[in-house]
Amino acid sequence: MSLFDAKDKSRYATFSRRTLMVTGGMTAVFATLAGRLYQLQILEGDQFMTRAEENRVSQRLVAPLRGRILDRFAQELANNRRNYRVLLIPEQASDGIDAALDTIGQIILITPTQRERIKRDIAQNKKFVPVTVAENLTWEEFARVNLHLPYLSGIQPDVGETRAYPFNDEMSHILGYVASVSPDDKKDDQDPLLDLPGFRIGKRGIEKQFDAEIRGTAGASRVEVNVYGRVIRELGHEPGTPGSDIYLTIDRDVQRFTAERMAGESAACVVMDVTNGDVLALCSTPGFDPNLFNVGINHGQWNALTSDDHTPLMNKALSGAYPPGSTFKPAMAMAAVEAGLDDLQVVCTGSITLGNNVFHCWKRGGHGHVDLHRGIQQSCDVFFYEVAKRLGIDKMEDAAHKLGLGERTGIEIPGERSGVIPGRAWKEQHYGVPWQQGETLVTGIGQGYVLVTPLQLCTLAARIASGNQVSPRITRVVGQSVQPRPQIKALPFSDKAILAVQSGMNAVCNEPGGTAYAWRIPDAGFEMAGKTGTAQVRRITKEERATGVKSNQSLPWKLRDHALFIAFAPVQQPRYACVCMIEHGAVGAHPQVQIARDVLLFAQQRNSAQLPTAYPVNAAGIDGVANRRPA
Amino acid sequence: MNTRAYAAGRGTLSTREKLLDINWGLVLLIAVVASIGFAMLYSVAGGSFSPWAGKQMVRFAIGLAFLILAAVVDLRVWMSLAYPAYALAFLLLVGVEVAGSAGLGAQRWIELGPIELQPSELMKISLVLALARYLHGLSVEDVSKPLKLAIPLAMIVAPAALVLHQPNLGTASILMADGCVLLFLSGLSWWWIAPTVTAIAAAVPIGWEFFLHDYQKARVMTFLNPSTDALGAGWNISQAEIALGSGGVAGKGFVQGTQSQLNFLPEKETDFIFTTLGEEFGFVGSLALLLLFALIIGYGIRIAMASRSQFGRLLAMGLTLNFFFYILINTAMVMGLIPVVGIPLPLISYGGTAMLTVMFGFGLLMSVHVHRQVEIPRHAAGLFG
Repeated sequence: MSLFDAKDKSRYATFSRRTLMVTGGMTAVFATLAGRLYQLQILEGDQFMTRAEENRVSQRLVAPLRGRILDRFAQELANNRRNYRVLLIPEQASDGIDAALDTIGQIILITPTQRERIKRDIAQNKKFVPVTVAENLTWEEFARVNLHLPYLSGIQPDVGETRAYPFNDEMSHILGYVASVSPDDKKDDQDPLLDLPGFRIGKRGIEKQFDAEIRGTAGASRVEVNVYGRVIRELGHEPGTPGSDIYLTIDRDVQRFTAERMAGESAACVVMDVTNGDVLALCSTPGFDPNLFNVGINHGQWNALTSDDHTPLMNKALSGAYPPGSTFKPAMAMAAVEAGLDDLQVVCTGSITLGNNVFHCWKRGGHGHVDLHRGIQQSCDVFFYEVAKRLGIDKMEDAAHKLGLGERTGIEIPGERSGVIPGRAWKEQHYGVPWQQGETLVTGIGQGYVLVTPLQLCTLAARIASGNQVSPRITRVVGQSVQPRPQIKALPFSDKAILAVQSGMNAVCNEPGGTAYAWRIPDAGFEMAGKTGTAQVRRITKEERATGVKSNQSLPWKLRDHALFIAFAPVQQPRYACVCMIEHGAVGAHPQVQIARDVLLFAQQRNSAQLPTAYPVNAAGIDGVANRRPA
Repeated sequence: MNTRAYAAGRGTLSTREKLLDINWGLVLLIAVVASIGFAMLYSVAGGSFSPWAGKQMVRFAIGLAFLILAAVVDLRVWMSLAYPAYALAFLLLVGVEVAGSAGLGAQRWIELGPIELQPSELMKISLVLALARYLHGLSVEDVSKPLKLAIPLAMIVAPAALVLHQPNLGTASILMADGCVLLFLSGLSWWWIAPTVTAIAAAVPIGWEFFLHDYQKARVMTFLNPSTDALGAGWNISQAEIALGSGGVAGKGFVQGTQSQLNFLPEKETDFIFTTLGEEFGFVGSLALLLLFALIIGYGIRIAMASRSQFGRLLAMGLTLNFFFYILINTAMVMGLIPVVGIPLPLISYGGTAMLTVMFGFGLLMSVHVHRQVEIPRHAAGLFG
């Protein structure tokens, strides 16, 4: 048998033929692969390029600079200061987190609580995410960290911007504060900035009211990220639009003087320009340090603020509603003159009887013959019982509302209360029983159901002083635009009424026998007119009245009467209206009158309302109207 | 007739003559493709020789030595080693099945000191050797006889089944494909081929139901509809397609591929390295690599056709097909044409065993080339046969 035969030849031929087929098949496969590449890279290349870009590029929001809050002379009341921070990048801490914290702990103070928080933050984030170790460092501390930087692995100094309130508690109730975003804040606000870690929004006061304007719009940083989200480099930066500056009508110096003067009291004081409603000072004490909320308030501080019976978090000027007491009488006097009772004469014997009830005057022996002028000057209760009896509750209610009581003034600070001016409908609605005439008498001296805010009382004073329907406003310019204000109309009372009440209030301070005569402003040209008030917070029983009403001094603080005073100055050409209310402060020598006197004198001597303002837009056309000059 | 031709025919060339006879053009081509691999490994490391490119170069050097060594060994020696090699590879496959280390849920390798030996890689070459050896002894008529056909079929199915059970769908497919094409090349009758193809088409649903692992099914499902699993396995496919597609015509530039540099690509240094090439060098670059691969395959086919022994022809074609199927499965996978199966791109992907087996395969191919004049009788089987 030969080594090779025909069978070998035939299988070689078969092999060659079939190899050719296989080669053809492989060629077809390569053509398919090339075709697919053509499809992916040439035909659909653009589409995939876009998707690769979407993978690669991430938009990071950049917080805009928050707008400042300034006073009428462009003095900063809330601004942004540099926030010196120290960050730790866990993956760069070559000797471990603990070693890094130990080393930095020798340079700046890190409490065990902070250390716990830092380690928790590290555990919750990826290893390349910087975690804040400490912030709001002083320049000295920050410099020390930078000096030691070569020995601090993983530590990164950083400078950010944070809100600052240079006047601490003196402006706290006007400005409010900023704090971290809560889940509730996100409900109606879709701004993506709210999701930015560490972002702060306005929570109270002007910061809250004008948050949308002050906040600004987010900038964006386009960064290249890898699949884990680590930022590789920044591709582009767009800083966003900074928030608008807000110009208040506040005079920083009057505000600070007022706050200083009120220190220690649980009180509210407002100063207003009667020609246009500009609020020059609005103070509620005790205040709080708004910076605490920005930095992060701790439990102890929070508890101290909320458990204090002097309620430092409450803006008493507009969120506190008090019985006005005798400060309500000028409003009743206006209504009386308007109703033709200007010639009313009453003999005060110390009390008046209505049915079975006896209504007492604050002066046990009585005032004797009293007319409207003396009634106001000496604050005779019996006179105003008589006025009330003759007016009826409907006219009283109407007059109080016209003078700005019992309804929100519309000031641009959140949390304002409307208070209560009772009437038939109100009584029916709230108690389901008809109005009693006895209640009319009590209402006539600002007691009973009547509740007003100090800001409303200031409005009352301003309206009586100017004869116009002014309302308090605290902002003037937002960004570059003047805040719109309602047209100021004349008060719907006759000149006679205005003149009579102004004259009565003048007598309170400047005529012997007036309730505030002892604390008048003696300086010529600066004299004030006013009306004192004491609001009872407890019921005086018959037995007590028989044995002699207890003095406020002998009562616990919470049971003492509120002390109130409304005033305007100067008497000849009123420009400023003022209210001062001290909670449970009706002790001693009318401290509320003394505060109002000092504040009014300070404002006048400084000429606060007439100094040229420094608003960024032309101030023409934004001034008020001239006072009505009763003939 | 000069002495050299005579010596070639007799298979008695000196080692020096054999070295000169090596197809150095093919070796150069292989080196060029491997260098593209180094460049890509350098790129996916962010422009660094460590951790991959440097090691891969060392492995290639070792592989090159394997290639030359295998090339000068007489073809008849390889022929006589065919069955023992197959037997060894088969035993090792059984070995990993029985006692192999369990890692990643799959049993694929045996640890021999520092070397991780993958018996399935060994089997790819051994199966081709053994089939070529067996089919060498059959005439065209013999191949189609049921009793003679049963033996090679068993030789193919047994290891393929073991590998599939590991589970390693990619390699099992390659084993099956290699074997079937070799039977076809040996002249298997169309009367066998046509019904079998029909039967397989019918068996696919059954295999789906009873033989595929859940993760393999999931891969197929994900492939058919990537959006069902946009963050899992489907994510890999879409990121690979994004990488390839975003390369466009000319690519983003060396070490500039955002998908690979920013780690959006999975297993970018191994199974998905082709996408990095596509991203950084675009259509031009990826097509060029495909052409280089086609050129190597062309060399393989030419070597097979030129061999004067059936063993040499079948061995050469078997190895070439092996190489081809590697490329086909890997590139088709990253282009989204077939489901994701773990098959590296030969000469390019990072991996020691794969590099060494591929280079050893080229060594055997080269041995066929060097010994192309050697005639081996149908009934004689190598030196020890």
